[in-house]
Amino acid sequence: MHSFGYRANALLTFAITLLALMCAMASLSDNLNSPSPSAHVQVLNINWFQKQPNGNDEVSMTMNISADLQSLFTWNTKQVFVFLAAEYETPKNSLNQISLWDGIIPSKEHAKFWIHTSNKYRFIDQGRNLRGKEFNLTMHWHVMPKTGKMSADKIVMPGYRLPEEYR
Amino acid sequence: MAWILMKALNLSMMVGSAVIIWKALMCMSGSESPVVVVLSGSMEPAFKRGDILFLYMSKDPIRAGHILVFNVDGRDIPIVHRVIEVHERQDTGEVDILTKGDSNLVDDRVLYAQDQLWLQRHHIMGRAIGFLPYAGWVTIILTEKPIIKYVLIAALGLLMII
Repeated sequence: MHSFGYRANALLTFAITLLALMCAMASLSDNLNSPSPSAHVQVLNINWFQKQPNGNDEVSMTMNISADLQSLFTWNTKQVFVFLAAEYETPKNSLNQISLWDGIIPSKEHAKFWIHTSNKYRFIDQGRNLRGKEFNLTMHWHVMPKTGKMSADKIVMPGYRLPEEYR
Repeated sequence: MAWILMKALNLSMMVGSAVIIWKALMCMSGSESPVVVVLSGSMEPAFKRGDILFLYMSKDPIRAGHILVFNVDGRDIPIVHRVIEVHERQDTGEVDILTKGDSNLVDDRVLYAQDQLWLQRHHIMGRAIGFLPYAGWVTIILTEKPIIKYVLIAALGLLMII
């Protein structure tokens, strides 16, 4: 009952249980945070809008993206992954989500930002449905904790519209 | 004789409880693989090699931003990457998905099978909902340096006999 083996085993089990408990508490503490993020996107220019050889529409645009995500950060936050997705409906697809830009926010100081960029990822439809298409630009963020449960949320910004003709 | 049976019983209890815990996790998560170890650095800085991810598989729709674990036909190592494009059909609800590792420069089409442009639901093993840092290093070491695995099993066997 008092051999080294038994003692080592008891110590190890206790240490691991305690560690798991602390991780769970750290994760639960994130629920106390009530975030108030904000975001705004301005489409400055449609750079080009064409039909690809394979028959799918593609558009390239330049945007100003600004957001204040500082309230999402807690002491248990490792990073916030933020991305901007164009979301729209077509006759064939009830939902299309295409990520246009993403970024990693490593700390609270970087969470309030303004960038001027063209779309990082190609905006290509499954088909030729984009002429005159109304779409939402939704800013999504995924909060990655140092340990525990990940959470995600978004801000939907409706009211954007693509040109009627290719250019 | 009774002593040997006792030792055998001990061993089977240990193995049995491990199997029970694993099967229970499979039940709770709805996935064949409720826990996976991150093997590459393609999702850094969020997930590093050696982290453990907890997976959950449900009928909930798959949306952009979700971190999925999926298998590509013909490869046996699962990949953990983020969804960057979703196209969901009006009539069937089926989805075409495109994924990309956070720290990769290009999307995963280079990883998919020949001529495959999209992932579908049946490729997905689960969605990452939580993680534990560094906890997967044991698995990586056991897999990449199999000698340690044999040493451990031998040591365990020895402890049983002594």
